[in-house]
Amino acid sequence: MAPYESDDATGAARDEETRSGRRKAARYAVPVAVVGVAAVTIGLVPALADSGDPDLPKVTAQQLINKIAKSDVQQLSGTVKISTDLGLPDLGGLESGLASGMAQGSGAGSGSAADPSSRLTELLSGTHTLRVAADGPDRQKLSLLEQGAEYSVIHDGKDVWGYDSKSDQVSHGTAPAAGKDRTEPPATPKDFAEQALKAVDDTTSVTVDGTAQVAGRDAYKLQIKPRQSGTTVGAINIAVDAKTGMPLKFTLTPRSGGAAVLDAGFTQVSFARPAASTFAFTPPKGAKVTERQDGSLKDGAGKGAERPGPGKGLEGTDGAKGLEGKGAPKVIGKGWTSIATFDSGAKGGLPTGDKGGDLGGFLGSLGDKVSGKFGKGTVFSTRLVNVLMTDDGKVYAGAVTKDTLVKAADAGK
Amino acid sequence: MSRADTATTAAAERGPHPLWTLGLLRSELLTTLRRWRALVLLGVLAAVPVLIGVVVKVRAGGGSSGAAGPAFLGQVTDNGLFLVCTALAATLPFFLPMAVGVVAGDSIAGEADAGTLRYLLVAPAGRTRLLLVKYATVVAFCLLATLVVAASALLTGVLLFPVGDLMTISGTTISFTDGLLRALVIALVVAASLIGVAALGLFVSTLTSSGIAAMAATVGLVVTAQILDQFPQLHAVRPYLFSHYWLSFADLMRDPVYWHDLVRGLGLQALYAAVFGSAAWARFTTRDITT
Repeated sequence: MAPYESDDATGAARDEETRSGRRKAARYAVPVAVVGVAAVTIGLVPALADSGDPDLPKVTAQQLINKIAKSDVQQLSGTVKISTDLGLPDLGGLESGLASGMAQGSGAGSGSAADPSSRLTELLSGTHTLRVAADGPDRQKLSLLEQGAEYSVIHDGKDVWGYDSKSDQVSHGTAPAAGKDRTEPPATPKDFAEQALKAVDDTTSVTVDGTAQVAGRDAYKLQIKPRQSGTTVGAINIAVDAKTGMPLKFTLTPRSGGAAVLDAGFTQVSFARPAASTFAFTPPKGAKVTERQDGSLKDGAGKGAERPGPGKGLEGTDGAKGLEGKGAPKVIGKGWTSIATFDSGAKGGLPTGDKGGDLGGFLGSLGDKVSGKFGKGTVFSTRLVNVLMTDDGKVYAGAVTKDTLVKAADAGK
Repeated sequence: MSRADTATTAAAERGPHPLWTLGLLRSELLTTLRRWRALVLLGVLAAVPVLIGVVVKVRAGGGSSGAAGPAFLGQVTDNGLFLVCTALAATLPFFLPMAVGVVAGDSIAGEADAGTLRYLLVAPAGRTRLLLVKYATVVAFCLLATLVVAASALLTGVLLFPVGDLMTISGTTISFTDGLLRALVIALVVAASLIGVAALGLFVSTLTSSGIAAMAATVGLVVTAQILDQFPQLHAVRPYLFSHYWLSFADLMRDPVYWHDLVRGLGLQALYAAVFGSAAWARFTTRDITT
């Protein structure tokens, strides 16, 4: 930054003009350099921070599964990032509107914005940041971080509070006395991992796939792969904390490739006891408090979040249990290719364009028409779960390919 | 002009005294704040919290609190302190950057427009020093404008609504003093999140000799950035728009505070300040000043 001898640029001699031109270029190089340095920093820092896979003693898959089973983490707090990409048609606001509408219809029915069942279906699409905290079986907290607002479910002893800061509404319920009953919907990697490990049987290959760093902790990577063909599940990867045996990251990739259908992982985690004030909740004076009936949170939240949850759906059996319909659903097949079927009672299948009006035509346009020995039907596809609805009202659903669904329908005839 | 006499005393010695810079800064601040334009802008900013407070108070009697509206609107009736957050959330998308854009756009181009820029440069301040003083003035105005909103909101909130221990949006309770402290930090974060716009405005201001054009261009850029931030298709670009993390100041009302977006937002503002500040310097120090 040389001081100016004279600011009267008009008096500059002709030969000085080239020099001033060069100086001009040199000065403009400064902002360009700043942009360049910033771009390089943004690009390189994550790569440098990735200090490579940690060296951990070798374990077998069975030892690792045992480690998860024995893991007894009572106290933790952390931030979880969860991304779901089911490949549902992008309907924007309509989709979430329908989802919450459905949840409200089938949930506890209080209609409060603070009702857990209606709120946690939001996790079904997009990327969300959650905060979890737990101190023993009686005190847990789960918060959904939103732009300028937060939705929290706080379980403290016998009270279960839902607080929606955006609308300043509170819902209150009581938890069952038995501390074993879970009051939170599955949202943490641990919840998903437990569901996935339940599905492990002879149709599955389980391997230890090296190590990784998750949320600053050393972890083993457990890979679960279906041996059967016909399922849409490609692989499930679980990062297990080497010290505590707690799953830190859960990733489900579809067989079709591409981005993970479900990716839930801690971005920050601490196993220290969270402050007691975390779980203390007193409804603010002006807030609207909705009382729920006993245990309704458990049912409501469980149903609301678990039924469509991909963590459940991958099992087929469990996912289907939650599906509502006339008559109890039956399960065909086993392992990853199990298909749930039930009779929706809607003879004539989907209302088609001319019969069902606009909505019917719209729904029909989302699915693919298929036919086979069973007759005709419509398949609704996502990246993970496919659902076949036949024209005579039968529904087949599972984390399986379209062909497998059609075969199952043919066999069921 | 009040800086004329300071300039003559300093002209005697070569290489201005550091105190002289402070004098220049003080004179710049006074000139900026004495303008009707700045006073009207600050008045409007002070009126917004009052308006929100009165509307919420009147509506609180009947009807349920809707989920729409700026952040924290729902909690204002519980605790007046939240009016500070609501008012800042309501003014940050447009009123605050507009005020800053007007002052920043006017800083160099306004002087050129009025024909006073070359007289400013006759004083041995040097262009770099003048530019730094101008930028410091704009940044001071960012802070002042934010504090005006916060103070007006705090006053309105205390007068119209109950105060006391307040509940964070995470559902935990903190003391009123703690809440007051957080509100102050929020005001400082909001002021800091405007320094990117301030640098952008300063750069635009060095490009033209028309004050109005510079102001309009700066405010236009603010609006454009916020419109672009609405498109999900632009997700690769959005985190680098200066307005992207503006509303993350709300994370300070979580318990514990969620720093991730706040840190990114402030880093982004520093980057904008560095890029456009140096661009303004490159332009201003090499440009022919004829007016």
